[in-house]
Amino acid sequence: MPTPVPVSSLFAIFPEIILGIAACIIFVWEPFVPKEKRDKIAYFSLFALILSGLSLFLLCGQNISAFSGMIVIDAYAIAFKALLVLSSIFVVLMSFQYVKTERIHLGEYYGLILFATIGMMFLPSASDLLSFYLALELMSMSFYVLTAFMRKDEKSLEAGVKYFLVGIFTSGLILYAIAFIYGITGTTHLGAIRATLAGVGNANVATNPALIFATILLIAGFGFKIASVPFQMWAPDVYEGSPTTITAFLSVGSKLAALSVMGRVFVFGLDAYSADWQPILWIISVLTMTLGNVAALVQTNFKRLLAYSSIGHSGYFLIGLIVKSESGMSAIFVHSVAYLFMTLGAFVMILLVCKEGSRGDQISDLRGLGRSHPVIGIAFVLFALSLIGIPPTAGFIGKLLLFGSAIEGQFYGLAVIGVLNSVISLYYYFKVATVMFMEEPSQERTLSFSIPIKIGLWAMSIATLVIGLYPEPIIRAALHSVKVLF
Amino acid sequence: MTNVFNFPILSLIAFLPLIGCIVLLFIDKSNQKMIRHFTFGVSIVTMALSFLLLLGFNADDVNMQFAEKAAWIPTLGVEYLLGVDGISLLLILLTTIITPIAIISSYTAIHDRTKEYYVSLLFLETSMLGVFMALDLFMFYIFWEVMLVPMYFLIGIWGGGRRLYSAIKFFLFTLFGSLFMLLGILAVYFLNHDPAIGSGTYTFNLLTLNQMKLPMDIQFWLFLAFFLGFAIKVPMVPFHTWLPDAHTDAPTAGSVVLAGVLLKMGTYGFVRFCLPLFPEASHYFAPTMVMLSLIGIVYGAFLALAQKDIKRLIAYSSVSHLGFVMLGMFALNPQGLTGSILQMVNHGISTGALFLIVGMLYERRHTRLISDFGGLATQMPILTTFFAITMFSSIGLPGLNGFIGEFLILVGAFQYNKLFAGIAVIGIILGAAYMLWLFQRVMFGPLDKPENKILSDLNGREIAYMVPLIILMFWIGLYPKPFISMIDPAVMSIVKKVNPSALPPTGAVALASTRGNK
Repeated sequence: MPTPVPVSSLFAIFPEIILGIAACIIFVWEPFVPKEKRDKIAYFSLFALILSGLSLFLLCGQNISAFSGMIVIDAYAIAFKALLVLSSIFVVLMSFQYVKTERIHLGEYYGLILFATIGMMFLPSASDLLSFYLALELMSMSFYVLTAFMRKDEKSLEAGVKYFLVGIFTSGLILYAIAFIYGITGTTHLGAIRATLAGVGNANVATNPALIFATILLIAGFGFKIASVPFQMWAPDVYEGSPTTITAFLSVGSKLAALSVMGRVFVFGLDAYSADWQPILWIISVLTMTLGNVAALVQTNFKRLLAYSSIGHSGYFLIGLIVKSESGMSAIFVHSVAYLFMTLGAFVMILLVCKEGSRGDQISDLRGLGRSHPVIGIAFVLFALSLIGIPPTAGFIGKLLLFGSAIEGQFYGLAVIGVLNSVISLYYYFKVATVMFMEEPSQERTLSFSIPIKIGLWAMSIATLVIGLYPEPIIRAALHSVKVLF
Repeated sequence: MTNVFNFPILSLIAFLPLIGCIVLLFIDKSNQKMIRHFTFGVSIVTMALSFLLLLGFNADDVNMQFAEKAAWIPTLGVEYLLGVDGISLLLILLTTIITPIAIISSYTAIHDRTKEYYVSLLFLETSMLGVFMALDLFMFYIFWEVMLVPMYFLIGIWGGGRRLYSAIKFFLFTLFGSLFMLLGILAVYFLNHDPAIGSGTYTFNLLTLNQMKLPMDIQFWLFLAFFLGFAIKVPMVPFHTWLPDAHTDAPTAGSVVLAGVLLKMGTYGFVRFCLPLFPEASHYFAPTMVMLSLIGIVYGAFLALAQKDIKRLIAYSSVSHLGFVMLGMFALNPQGLTGSILQMVNHGISTGALFLIVGMLYERRHTRLISDFGGLATQMPILTTFFAITMFSSIGLPGLNGFIGEFLILVGAFQYNKLFAGIAVIGIILGAAYMLWLFQRVMFGPLDKPENKILSDLNGREIAYMVPLIILMFWIGLYPKPFISMIDPAVMSIVKKVNPSALPPTGAVALASTRGNK
């Protein structure tokens, strides 16, 4: 006899249910909407995302373990869910004009974004390796299609295939790791894994040599998802080829979702085993920061530049995990908030200069933008400052907390290498600012403006500045939310 | 900490330019006259307000005055904390006086994107004032970094020559140093949380952090971290290479502000943070610092001798002069430190004036090569007079401001080590050589270039902004007492902390006698 699903479990995934229903409606509704009225679908998905985001408020303060411990709703999960919904909202806002320009104005586009969002939102609340794997697959599947969404564009198809092949390989690695962990500990539930490794019941588990193998596999799997060295090779090509909005989504939503679950798996689940995974992540973090920032120096394509900058940021994020303290994890959250606004903001620049027949992703396409449109130029300078980590911007607060947690945890080497990388990053971000402000515009230019993208850009700029000047609420929320991991 | 005024006057002074900046954004950009006058008006009001500080300032009080305190980011222990002592007050006044002069000197020089230009200048003023007022390390760092952005654009957009290269070089060098300083600040912050060393709380409050008892091995590293941040800004040899480029390629007002105020942020940082936070390390590193300063003095002077471009020559003279400032500071005695602080102001005034003069020449002649000039004295008598006075002030002729500063520094250096004082004197002699030679090549000799025969002398506006600087040169030169007594208590308290042995048994009396000797 099948056990009925308890109502409390359904309540716990209420925000995801809203999105699921909305996505299904879109797929059914899409054929009946004439081409010129497809904006309706975009507004509908925007509405669904906002509704889902608001419904998170209902869960605030709750501590629910749903579906026999597969899903957990706690402050950590809610904080990251809110962040991920926000990233999807911005991506939809950015898509309005872009999908028309690139002639990919199809309803499925928004449906897939919603499905990806559902997968992302499940990730931070996955308290079992299996639910984590399912959520990861749901997110990745949607992205495989989205990256190849410009069916007639070779680069987009190449990106889609590359991402697909790397993605399924990664899934295999993670599944293999899960199998090992299950074999060693006899459970896939993170709480139980934590307890077993800590020596409750069986003291020999943590010394099992297969555990290091499983950890390496897990790190490799996550490494692919957040594009950290040496698992980053796919990122520049996929980022360059995908539709720009999807690149933005991939570099923000997908990365933050994977990071949030890394916090749960490593800091919470494998806590007792940290002496072994910390050094591995240390090396990966340093390589990632350095390679990302150094490779970004020579890029002429703005999307590739942002891809390498995003790789670099993965390295900074890892600092918080390595430190493995409350301040480190809360720094990851604060920097995630900053990263969301500043990275999406930088991608808006590409969308604005994107025209039919020109993707607008060369740095030279931005020539003189700061002269012809000073407000846009100032907004970009703000994002660039934030990406480098110069006050008074959100990115400064994020990096301050990350480096601060490294110093507090006595990882001085990480802090120094992080700082050196920030100096390097100044050069390539301001190379773009220089092109925007100090070179003449090449010709009369009309920007691809739409009301939604304007709203998005204003919101991102104001958020970047306000968080930089008054980060108190965000820091407080971050400190509160990461307590459940310790 | 006290505030004799019952309203937040420091915030008002610091943020008035920023408010002006925001209002400026809404002025129509075609109305150039309005933009200029408005900007100038804002900076004049800021200056007037800063003079109010003089009225309320109590020179005998060693505490921070006009203090303002409010919680900002309580979870991190960041406070909104402003306050000044004599040292910062002097530099605030220097900033508020130099800025309107820089603004008015740009009236005819800047035609392109005027609005953005003045927005950058006002924004720069706020950040500079903030640096001199902030007593919370977090806040200090924010002002310190924010300053880079407007300066980058000033050099990059309105500069000349290899402006893009110079702008990014300036930005990279400074950011490199200041990020290490940030790590230092964070380390101090966490160390203070250790009850065995500091107050056991999370705070960036400098006055609390000053009470820390750091072990020497930690001080050693922290001093180095802060040193990188400040030494690049000063700039001390071997971190000086950004300076000639930035100075040469910046627009006139940019060079004036850069030389007049920005470089002082580095030296101020040493006085305000490095010395009191890390007294033992300062003591330990003093010989190294003095050596670097001496190298800077002599090397800068030799390089200045070899320059063909007037602006570059003055830039290298700055390297040399700031060597004096650092020499006096790390002599770690009252005379040296007093001279060092006074010399910061003097250098701001005289080098600022020199850059203004180069700017006037450049605006008329569109060249800065020394060989393109010659014999201007007959053509431009007023400019020649101003140039002569400024040059003598820069050389350190008795009766002008430079002499007082250099004299006190040499007295300090002499007490520290006679040989070092002797080497520093070589720098002064070289300084006189390159300056007089420059003056001779530009102003005297035959007026043989036809382009130079049509040059007009200074107009009313140009005279108007040079006169206040000339007055200050004479004032500090002839009657420095008010300036010295203003900084005296602050200097004494720093020396007492860093090097108590340098204090004479009856400290204040001994310094007074030095003062009487002049």
